[in-house]
Amino acid sequence: MTDATASLPITSLKDEADRLFARKRLRTFGIPGVILAYLVYVFFAFDVPGLADRMRLDNAATLVSDSYSYKTQVTRDNRSGDITVAKEGERKGAYPEGMTPDWVEMTDGGAVVDLPDGHRVLFGPDNSAVYIHPSFGEITAQVSRTDGVTLSLPEADLPDWISYSKARLDIRTEAGRLTMTRSKTEVFRYFFGWELFWFTLDSTYHNTSVFQIVFGPQLDETRSNITGAVQDFWNNAMWRHKDVVWALGETVLMAFLGTMGAAMIALPLAFIAAKNFTPLRLARQVVRRFFDFVRGVDALIWTIILSRAFGPGPLTGALAILITDSGSFGKLFSEALENVDNKQIEGVASTGAKPLQRYRFGVIPQIMPVLLSQILYFLESNTRSATIIGAITGGGIGLMITQAIQTQKDWEEVSYYIVLVVLMVIAMDWISGWLRGKLIGRKD
Amino acid sequence: MTDATLHSPQRSVGDIQTHYMALTRQKRMYSGIAIAVFVLLMVSGFYVADARNAGGFWDGWHQILDFPAGVLSEAWEKRANLPGLMVKYLPALIETLNIAAVATLIGVIFGLGLSLMSTRGLAKWPFLIPVFRRISDILRAIPEIVIALVLIFMMGGGPVPAMVAIALHTAGAMGKLYSEVNENADLKPVEGLASVGANWMQRMMLGVIPQVAPNYLSYALLRLEINIRASAILGFVGAGGIGYELRNSMTWGQGRFDEAAAIFILLFITIVVVDQVSSHFRNRLIGTGGH
Repeated sequence: MTDATASLPITSLKDEADRLFARKRLRTFGIPGVILAYLVYVFFAFDVPGLADRMRLDNAATLVSDSYSYKTQVTRDNRSGDITVAKEGERKGAYPEGMTPDWVEMTDGGAVVDLPDGHRVLFGPDNSAVYIHPSFGEITAQVSRTDGVTLSLPEADLPDWISYSKARLDIRTEAGRLTMTRSKTEVFRYFFGWELFWFTLDSTYHNTSVFQIVFGPQLDETRSNITGAVQDFWNNAMWRHKDVVWALGETVLMAFLGTMGAAMIALPLAFIAAKNFTPLRLARQVVRRFFDFVRGVDALIWTIILSRAFGPGPLTGALAILITDSGSFGKLFSEALENVDNKQIEGVASTGAKPLQRYRFGVIPQIMPVLLSQILYFLESNTRSATIIGAITGGGIGLMITQAIQTQKDWEEVSYYIVLVVLMVIAMDWISGWLRGKLIGRKD
Repeated sequence: MTDATLHSPQRSVGDIQTHYMALTRQKRMYSGIAIAVFVLLMVSGFYVADARNAGGFWDGWHQILDFPAGVLSEAWEKRANLPGLMVKYLPALIETLNIAAVATLIGVIFGLGLSLMSTRGLAKWPFLIPVFRRISDILRAIPEIVIALVLIFMMGGGPVPAMVAIALHTAGAMGKLYSEVNENADLKPVEGLASVGANWMQRMMLGVIPQVAPNYLSYALLRLEINIRASAILGFVGAGGIGYELRNSMTWGQGRFDEAAAIFILLFITIVVVDQVSSHFRNRLIGTGGH
């Protein structure tokens, strides 16, 4: 008896186990296979092979070198013969009349520019310039209105670091760069660091140390040293510290107003959307669909709609966050409300409390921890969203970043702003964590 | 102890009540101050934001509906075009979805690695835990738009910059969320596997992942929802997909609002459908396999 009955289940069990293994094998190999196939499809759909051609490595190199170094330009206008020195070639960074860096020496009708490692450029009369290369020799070039740029070299062959045509000469060495066209001759010298971060050249406090400012003699007759230094730093035209601080403030403001406003709108509506507080099915459905709608339309579309009405600025961003998040908050709060314990409400009701008092003392204390932790979490994540929304509507630090990226040359400012944004987000993360700990107690 | 309470009858009801009332008053005063500060912040914040906005709130609020009304009326006039336009923009929508999906996939894989490296008890190199935590903090803190714009400058427009930007952000976010999940994982299977000589990779794949997979998947689905929105936004700044088409039709303005309306509808439907599908699966994952 045992023989006959046992043999049947064993084979069927074995079959079942085999099928199970086969299914499991299919899953363990099938799912990665599907993912791989999808990635291959996307690889071609996104034209990744063509990316190498489109990749602009010179742009990448500019970006990296510009974010940690800057150049000072010595420019001669080949028509008037005037020589100017300016950091990054910008008007805001120009050396005032009569002031030059110590590696530029103005001579009669020309200038001597010292570059590192013994390289040197002489601006001579009649729009000529000599580049003195310590190992290669002297490269003499001259511009005239009729012949364009003429060049004379110590050797017959043009080395690969010089590109030359009648219209333009470009000498690039590791020490610097000389370009010459009909209109101007320019020498670039590269320096490590961010230019004029503290004070611009026209400030009295340029090139003074902190010690000199705090303890040294008064540099400006009208202002005390510390006030003057703070004023000049605050109004620095190159780095615009004032605007940057305002922009950061606007971004945090957008997140704060948007999140708190959304929470205040969502809370009463959440009572209508919660099953245990609103028996009326129709009202519940209306409010819930409203939440789904504002969430589904998405911050991007709200931003576009609102910026048509209010124009660019922080208020538009705050309202966009407010509208989108009132949907998210409404959903979360109504779920929290559906999970409240009825005993507490009954207890409050038994003391003769009216509906509003019942909500205030029976419900709110129960959902407060959930509410606060969600609000604080959203506040933190909205600081980041506010940066992005600011880039679209035109407000806050997001706008400054996109503007700096679009000029495509102020990469040091881009990296500065990125550092500030990262610090801002980390600070908000920390503050919201601290507040959460203070208000509802730590989890661990 | 009973003695002490019995021997001070005069300190009973009246004192306790006054003491209680004093405490209550103090508490009320503190919450009153907190509320006053909050209201002050909200009101002054509103006025600052209003003053720094190009158009004021009081002038603008009755115009909110002008633009949607303009779009809707034009779309209604040309409603015959809408189905055709929606088909026309379907490839762009698929591109947006692809960006989000690939970014989620890659971000989740990297986030998984980051989370395992930054969880106590699981990390391969415990002394590097703070380093990996800071890496995910920083990845999370940099807004996608910044990475996307920098990459667009280097590699030109198209979906890849957006994909990379979203993937990096996702990796940071998942690194944090997953490490919180990992901390709740039972370490016994890991120890068991270690005792039979499994290497780190095997311990993680066989001991940890099966425990946390439902939570992982649920978070990944939630991320997918968020990333679809992000990918549409990045398209708006030039990274391809439906956002890019939306900006083109918006900058054109009146006359092409039917296209804008078609894109709005596509985007809205997509977000709502993905929301519903993902919340359905998330409920199932957490309902059956969660802890």
